[in-house]
Amino acid sequence: MNALSRFFARLEGPQTIGRGPVFWVGFLIVLAGACSYPMFSDGYTVGNTVYFFTWVFMALGLSLIWGYGGSLSFGQTAFFGIAGYSYGVLTLNFGAAYGFTLVAVVIALVIAALAALLLGYFLFFGRISGVFLGIVTLSVTLVLERFMAQTAGPEWAIGKARLNGFNGMSNMPPLTIPWPGGDIILYPDVQLYYVVLGLLVLVYLGLRILVNSSFGNVLVAIRENPERAEMLGYDIRKYQLGAFVIGAVLAGLSGVLYTSWGQYITPSSMGMTAAALPIVWVAVGGRSDLTATLIGTLVVLSGFQALTIHGAQYALVVMGFLLVLTVLLAPRGVILAAAGLLGRFGKSKRGGA
Amino acid sequence: MDAITVAFAALYQFGDAFAFLVLSACGLAVIFGMMGVINLAHGEFIMCGAYVTVSGANAGLPLPLAILLGALVSAAVGALVERLVVRHLYERPLDTIVATWGLSLIATQGTLIVLGSTMGGIGTPLGSFQIGGYSYSVYRLVLFVMAIAVLAGLYVLFNWTRFGVMARATIQVPHMAAALGVDTRMVYSLTFALGAGLAGLTGGLYAPTMTLVPTMGTTFIMEAFVTVVVGGADVFLGTAPAAVILAIVKSAMTSWQGQLFGQIGLLLAVIVVIRVLPKGISGFLLRERT
Repeated sequence: MNALSRFFARLEGPQTIGRGPVFWVGFLIVLAGACSYPMFSDGYTVGNTVYFFTWVFMALGLSLIWGYGGSLSFGQTAFFGIAGYSYGVLTLNFGAAYGFTLVAVVIALVIAALAALLLGYFLFFGRISGVFLGIVTLSVTLVLERFMAQTAGPEWAIGKARLNGFNGMSNMPPLTIPWPGGDIILYPDVQLYYVVLGLLVLVYLGLRILVNSSFGNVLVAIRENPERAEMLGYDIRKYQLGAFVIGAVLAGLSGVLYTSWGQYITPSSMGMTAAALPIVWVAVGGRSDLTATLIGTLVVLSGFQALTIHGAQYALVVMGFLLVLTVLLAPRGVILAAAGLLGRFGKSKRGGA
Repeated sequence: MDAITVAFAALYQFGDAFAFLVLSACGLAVIFGMMGVINLAHGEFIMCGAYVTVSGANAGLPLPLAILLGALVSAAVGALVERLVVRHLYERPLDTIVATWGLSLIATQGTLIVLGSTMGGIGTPLGSFQIGGYSYSVYRLVLFVMAIAVLAGLYVLFNWTRFGVMARATIQVPHMAAALGVDTRMVYSLTFALGAGLAGLTGGLYAPTMTLVPTMGTTFIMEAFVTVVVGGADVFLGTAPAAVILAIVKSAMTSWQGQLFGQIGLLLAVIVVIRVLPKGISGFLLRERT
């Protein structure tokens, strides 16, 4: 019991909204709902929900880098693409036997982390910050997209895997878990749903512990005032680089899950439009809180998909307006603004009584 | 004779790359240098200029007038955007990036909905000339001259006119300028419109040389970003020298391995430069001077 309460204490802190028994009971109810949801639904809808979940990792990573660390990065989709392509190349070459797909996931994430470490070293140790960080990471993403888009020729192949230029790679095996009675192949259906849901809960709780740890507090201190944080003796470059790499790995996780979910990846998943979407999800929900980001991402994604029925261009115009209006009217994000209003309302009621 | 041919080819490629970098970047650099704001809808202002220019030319306007019209329309749209969105965000530069990106998304997809996926272009005017067995486009030389002219024009504007003095006073100490009677909001507004107008001019100038698609802005912004990052906040001490250096890198890499490697070369150059000179070339030069 004591260990349990200490565990809960580490999940809560000044950097996250939602604390106390009420919040965690609510959390468990939502989790129970999410767990029992496939029983009331069909395979297609469940697969579609998995599609939503795969993007949340990238959004949470961006929340860490931008919302907590204060460094606006447009590079999330680059790491998404790097990890997705790595997974594709590895599994197309070595197949899915003996649980290799899981090894491929790990290798793909390591590749994304190394790429982020290299880029982040030049950025943060060059003390690039503010608007420049945004445009350099965006340039990297765009060049990566153009590079992958021109790999159509047969000379662009890694082992057996053709990169296929603008059409992208396809037909890589889905995630496969080796099991005594025959491998479990995770098609976008109920099984993959539980695996991704489990990962999501782990990442969410893990990030909550991280941002409420001393690392997270220093990160927020850097966001609020980099010079002050530095004068207090912290090497802010290392903290920023750390957040950047963790965020990139989460983007990579999204990339790998997306690639194995749809069994394809194309360069346009790293393009200008693709790079804008994570910013919309995170900004609209509320970038400086993990829970707000999580809810915001899922809400905006499902809204986006509902609008896409009427045409993807219209949906993107709506996303653009949503982004501009959020920045102008609710700079902290819609969910955080609503939570702030509720909090004030609750306080004034108690004050009046 | 052969050496001259090679030298001219290299010079021509350099001039082409230089013009592209200067023209892509100047609008972005003016807005960034004066206001510290990065306008991510920069590419869409270029697209706007190109579309207006082509529509004007198709309607019978002579090309130079059509280009001017493109620049003016972009400037007007820029003033409107400043009034409606950017003005409220001067205290929050990161949010300006995000908001202008939203605008860019709206503009690109809106153009796609309203005008369709492509628009009939106009051919490159002025024909070509031959040196040593290779033929070169005369229009590319015009672009190079225009790039120089834009830099010269900006120099004159910022150093020799009343607007230039007020604008420079506003960047140096805004509240002091305001106290001395400068309408700083107006200056910001005009500067943003100037940057947008320059972007429109670039779009108009390049419209005859490329296909018009709603996403054509992305062709320019990578080069524009890179030039501004390498150059830093000053148009003359930053953008111009940065464009010279990057044009050498780009034209060398392009003639060696093709267009894409020209861009990769640019990107690697910028990543190395920011590691060495975080405030760009102008930051380095200005620190040396003081």
